[in-house]
Amino acid sequence: MLASEGYVADRSLATLTYLSLTLNRPIFLEGEAGVGKTELAKVIAKGLGRDLIRLQCYEGLDTATSVYEWNFAAQMLAMRDGAGGEDIYDEKYLIKRALLQAVEPHASGPPVLLIDEIDRADAPFEAFLLEALSDFQVTVPELGVIKAQEPPIVILTSNRTREVHDALKRRCLYHWVDFPDFDREMEILTARVPEAKQALSLELVAFIQKLRKEDMFKRPGLAETLDWAKCLVALDVVALSPDVITDTIGAVLKYQDDIAKITGGAAARILEQIKQDMQALQ
Amino acid sequence: MTPTAGTLPDNIVYFARALRRAGVPVGTAQILEALRAVQAVGFTNRIDFHTTLRAMIVTRAEHLQVFDQVFSMFWRDPEFLENMITNLLPVITVPPVDRPLKPAQSRAAEAMADGGGKPRQMPEQEQLDIDAQFSHSNVEKLTQKDFDAMTAAEIRAAETAIRTMWLNLPKFRGRRYGLAPNAVQIDRRIALQRARRSGGEMIHLPKRRAKPRSLNLVVLSDISGSMTSYSRMMMHFVHSMAQAQGQSWAAVHGFTFGTRLHNISPLLTLRDPDAALRAIGTHVCDWEGGTRIASSLGSFNRHWARRVLSTPSVVLLITDGLERDGIVQLEAEMARLALQTRELIWLNPLLRWDQFSPQAAGIRTMLPHVSSFVACHNLDSLQELSDGLRTGLRADHKNRLMGLLK
Repeated sequence: MLASEGYVADRSLATLTYLSLTLNRPIFLEGEAGVGKTELAKVIAKGLGRDLIRLQCYEGLDTATSVYEWNFAAQMLAMRDGAGGEDIYDEKYLIKRALLQAVEPHASGPPVLLIDEIDRADAPFEAFLLEALSDFQVTVPELGVIKAQEPPIVILTSNRTREVHDALKRRCLYHWVDFPDFDREMEILTARVPEAKQALSLELVAFIQKLRKEDMFKRPGLAETLDWAKCLVALDVVALSPDVITDTIGAVLKYQDDIAKITGGAAARILEQIKQDMQALQ
Repeated sequence: MTPTAGTLPDNIVYFARALRRAGVPVGTAQILEALRAVQAVGFTNRIDFHTTLRAMIVTRAEHLQVFDQVFSMFWRDPEFLENMITNLLPVITVPPVDRPLKPAQSRAAEAMADGGGKPRQMPEQEQLDIDAQFSHSNVEKLTQKDFDAMTAAEIRAAETAIRTMWLNLPKFRGRRYGLAPNAVQIDRRIALQRARRSGGEMIHLPKRRAKPRSLNLVVLSDISGSMTSYSRMMMHFVHSMAQAQGQSWAAVHGFTFGTRLHNISPLLTLRDPDAALRAIGTHVCDWEGGTRIASSLGSFNRHWARRVLSTPSVVLLITDGLERDGIVQLEAEMARLALQTRELIWLNPLLRWDQFSPQAAGIRTMLPHVSSFVACHNLDSLQELSDGLRTGLRADHKNRLMGLLK
């Protein structure tokens, strides 16, 4: 299923996805930026034909923006109008946000709920998620508990800018998403950027793989590889050279220190190494 | 090697126990869930079995390596299992390993070989027959005294005094709201609830305001030879801050550096100060050695800053700043560190000299990047630090010394 949507997963990630679907447990994906964590949720939703509900976390995220909010203006009017006869805490005044939408029945089956970058949210929100994720229910004080008839497929991602509390992680299937190895990265590149020539892809992946072994602030992720490949294709580049790298390195490295280091000699050294390796292979 | 299906649940339970001994926390609920998961996936493929157990049991990236090692040992050699259950054999023949044991592997092997890991060699604790309760006047006398000049008994007393200290960190505006009578913003939800009670009339408009939030505290402490007399005291200081967390600061992250950077945050959670200090002592291997400030700050910036400084933080940098090599790198790393913090406070015991002037190259380089420069050589100076953080430090030497630099 994952492969049909252009997602090249290793066996353990595939097993994990299967487990999550059979046991109804959320998946917790942790790893460096740009290794395909968010992509997994999108692919599962597409593959199963389910709706994808995305909740981007940030500090101060609260129930009003993540679960529900009352439509105060409409409630006010109703209260003045009906002189207290009608209940103003009715579902028609409820503005539903991501988490509430996720526990509601959907026409295409339970949706995929992506809680993205949970490490950006603060501890109170994490604590709130405990109820939502273990029983797939949310509480609206004025209405009561709303429970999902069919639990949604939940995927949480974290860039590890801080440690997420163990209590939350314990309720999930934990998976550390690592950088792919050479063969897998090649496979992903061919699947995602088919217009790149084989020879260029080989060179590019080899370069990125070597780059990740250097001492850097931010090692380039898979997303950067794909971006770079697209850049090079757009520029009609057929082979890497130090000049090309200097011109396009902004697609790969995002720290000035890293860029200075690579363009200042390391690029040529790595390229030379790759050429030697390739000759040795042939 | 595959255990028969009938004993599989037992084996998984034993496996979980082995993991606990290796330092991976595994709860009973997790074991039950793991059993269910194994049933769902089936016990046919080693990789799948491994993935299943790992996903159910591990919750932290740093436990992955330990898990993998315990897994490969446990499910390869059922003899281990036998030994663990009966505990009859004190020594286990580990399968021949050609390469040296990796750290996680040796921990795993240790957990396999005996009940609870070998007792570590602990440095003998100094036995001091002193009164635990120090009268106020005793402490008073001590406040002016340099930590360097204290006797062992005085050090114990100072340590006790440090434990009562308090850091008054500034607060910043959070993104969560609370009711406040004098605020400007109307809390619509509460307003509506109250109006409903009074039949639809808005009598009072409840107001809300952003609640103040605490900063994180990050401590980078130099433990090299030149800091010997102070580093132990500073460790006490950091530990007592970590124990009182949630008061005026949110979380405490501690790091030590001499020639290498060590993260001591997990050890700071031990309640008992002596146990914590002992654990730090065995964990950190470069006590009283040389110092490489630039490269230590560099590795902090690279590997930790994005994780511990992602929430607004005050950084306490405790070092004498006597760096000989790498002045250029030091400049760059200090600049980067300063960019990532709310406040970078430099605690320097060298400020005990009245005539101190920034002569050393390291100090001249670091000084422009810090927001405050304070002493930390006696109880008084620490007390000033804790009082002054919110209102402004009286004893901030930065401006005076910056004048001398020019």
